[in-house]
Amino acid sequence: MTIALRNTDLSRRTFMVGAAGLTFAVASGARINSAAAARSGDVTMSPWVTISTDGTVAIMSPAAEMGQGSLTSLPLILAEELDADWSKVRIVVAPPNDELYKNPGFGYMYTAGSNAVTSYFKPLRLFGAQVRKVLLANAAAHWNVPVAELTTGPNVVIHEKSGRRLSYGEIAAFAEIPAKAPEVAESELKPPKSFRLIGHDVMRTELPSKVNGTAQYAIDVQVPGMVYGAILRSPVEGAGPDKIDDAKAKAIAGVQQIVPLPYGVGVIAATPWAAFDGKDALKVSWTRAGKAWGFNSEKALPAFAAAARDLSQPAKVWGSAGDAVAALKTATDTVEAEYRNDLVYHAQMEPLNAVASVSANGDACEVWCGVQSKTIAVSVAANALNIAPDKIAYHDMLLGGGFGRRGHRDEEYVHDAVVLSKAVKKPVKMMWTREDDVHNGRFNPLSAHYLRAGFDASGKLIAFHHRKACDEVTAFQDPVRFERQKGRDGIAYNGVDAPYYEIANRLGEGVPRETGLRTSSLRGIAHLTNIFAIESFMDELARKRGVDPAAFRRDLVKSNPRAVAIIDKVAQMADWGRKRDGSALGFSYMNYSGTQIALAAEATVDRKSGAIRVSNVWTALDPGIAVQPNTIAAQTESSIIYGLGFALFERVTIDDGAVEQSGFYDYHVPRMNEIPETHIEVVPTDNHPTGVGQMATPLVGPAIANAIAELTGVRLRETPMTPERVKKALG
Amino acid sequence: MATQFQINGRPVQSDAPTATPLLWVIREELKLTGTKYGCGTGLCGACMVHVDGQRAFSCQTQIGEVAGKAVTTIEGLSGDSSHPVQKAWLAERVPQCGYCQSGQIMSAADLLKHNPKPTRAQIVEHMSTNICRCGTYPRIVRAIERVAREA
Repeated sequence: MTIALRNTDLSRRTFMVGAAGLTFAVASGARINSAAAARSGDVTMSPWVTISTDGTVAIMSPAAEMGQGSLTSLPLILAEELDADWSKVRIVVAPPNDELYKNPGFGYMYTAGSNAVTSYFKPLRLFGAQVRKVLLANAAAHWNVPVAELTTGPNVVIHEKSGRRLSYGEIAAFAEIPAKAPEVAESELKPPKSFRLIGHDVMRTELPSKVNGTAQYAIDVQVPGMVYGAILRSPVEGAGPDKIDDAKAKAIAGVQQIVPLPYGVGVIAATPWAAFDGKDALKVSWTRAGKAWGFNSEKALPAFAAAARDLSQPAKVWGSAGDAVAALKTATDTVEAEYRNDLVYHAQMEPLNAVASVSANGDACEVWCGVQSKTIAVSVAANALNIAPDKIAYHDMLLGGGFGRRGHRDEEYVHDAVVLSKAVKKPVKMMWTREDDVHNGRFNPLSAHYLRAGFDASGKLIAFHHRKACDEVTAFQDPVRFERQKGRDGIAYNGVDAPYYEIANRLGEGVPRETGLRTSSLRGIAHLTNIFAIESFMDELARKRGVDPAAFRRDLVKSNPRAVAIIDKVAQMADWGRKRDGSALGFSYMNYSGTQIALAAEATVDRKSGAIRVSNVWTALDPGIAVQPNTIAAQTESSIIYGLGFALFERVTIDDGAVEQSGFYDYHVPRMNEIPETHIEVVPTDNHPTGVGQMATPLVGPAIANAIAELTGVRLRETPMTPERVKKALG
Repeated sequence: MATQFQINGRPVQSDAPTATPLLWVIREELKLTGTKYGCGTGLCGACMVHVDGQRAFSCQTQIGEVAGKAVTTIEGLSGDSSHPVQKAWLAERVPQCGYCQSGQIMSAADLLKHNPKPTRAQIVEHMSTNICRCGTYPRIVRAIERVAREA
């Protein structure tokens, strides 16, 4: 199998078949039509599949590849129903076209929320099955036999009765394409037990390029005549340069031009080092426009906590059941608690960058970038130049990490490259340094959580109330989506109400803050902090009632067999009931967008330094159908380590609106010598596949805090659980 | 004054100022982009190369320092991804986003060259110079152990 990553070369097509009539497969894009013109007379065409006479099956892959494996997993789903020979499949990166390739979960091409497989699963199966039906119909006509007598094997149609076979490539040579794509009933799809590809690991298509240096990220792009761009952006969103002293910058050899921008100052140079040195040599004072000036995160957090606790403060209801407020009043026993979380930085390994080449008169642009939404990238470039989107030639690049950072509506680093190229009328490789990437960071928001619970006289948990004070992230990240969702902010508040716990009266509320800080979805999204609060609180409740914490949760999900099974699985993997000497276990569970996942962590603490050490993490997850089990295991290992950083180390602070950290010397991400042994079991079921890209991340922090509570009796209520904080808490 | 050195076995020269980080010469002048920029401060290891057979942060190595020396990048580790570390990396499905992996592989190759049978503790100590934000560390350990086992 081969891959065509950097173009959408469909010129080899011999025929394309259809999915007309399905909601998002109307062939109408100009690119598609021109490419499909290889064979005149074709009528209905699917932009998804091309079969060549040599048997090559080219399948479009619509998602961004940032390490999670969707580039491979999505076409594999289509190939399954097509009954394609995987060794003949060529994966083609889909061009930016929302109408054809949108993620049904979002309505545009956007890879986020661990939902690519979840959302594309059904349509891709249908498309594959439709193509297979067309192949069968053509073979039946060719042999003049009833289609019911035909079956398929990998890339071949078989007439069992006569022993005849026609390969898909052979059929491609004479195939007639129906004007309307055949209908496929769901009952005609393969039952999971017949899957040949789904559930069986294949080599991720781009992986070989990632061990020999040939994998291409935007930062690797070389364009003839290219110059280098750096940008000093304002420390506060909304501010811009007031006075610019660029004398020293201009004096640096290789610096060619200084480009004042509304939000910063660009430096164009012949080399990257000259561009970076030039940027560092700029002296810029900033306007005080923008809201975050004067903001201090350490001072703000207690105010957030007070707002969360103050029930008279306005809140937005995220989700509820029964009447939690009333039930709390009648409860015989109530418990309350508070948790806090600092800002978190994505720290994707590739500092943000893009390459743009704007035509001399500004009426067209080529752009190379790694983004979570390619159609947004095209819009950003088009809007920056005030030209039509079809004047943008977009080149899809691998992402050196995403984690939610690369899907903002303004994709500002793409914008940076375009405006610099426009200013200098040359191709520009615009790179942020690591320091820029931190200073311009858009963070998981600061949050404070107030939770209370009520028990009735029999000891039953009857009420749960959770108020989370934090910025409304979607309002900043994606104002278009925020408006579409009528101000309902899933990035900030999703899951605040723990909807999967069987508690008669539940209320989850957001208490919106308006700091003016740059915020973002980050791995684990709203759950990252919500679950730290909820799962720490569940542990406190269990301890208060003298109930085993795993059993306490199990009882709250008892009508969901999948949830019970996964809790039991992790308890068994971790040998949960066994007391450790000098260390202790903590437990956590969640239903993450339908994925059942539980986790146990074993931790120790050095009382002198306050340093927590996590020796083991056990986790099991049931994501429904496991499309690529090894990739799921990899994503889970990855999620655990990301969660460890959040739990123990990672902390951005803000003073006077500006980020105080600058790089890996003052922002601590996990290294190999800090990680636990990870024990992972993927437990597939025949349910619709659900997300796997970040599910363990939110569970790590509370499991550690719960282990420390078991070990020391002291409750840690704030992330990251740094040695200083732990030491102080232990007293 | 041009700096002369070898890259992946072939002689090259660079007119960049001698204080220029080797990283940028490798990437932008010599167009060998497998070596990555991650932090510019010698803290992440995405830029790891070998200089005269020892691993080195190319972002912390000035071009003037490699005059007359032999530099090996990921592209020069093998011509066909056949280095045992590269093979083990695929066998264990190590990379995720992949951005740090050239540096990880160069660090691992350096370890195994000097210590073909490293203990788990030695692997962890050696490899903790390199950050992988995707958290592929467990697989990196497994891949290095595989090389040691199969050697």
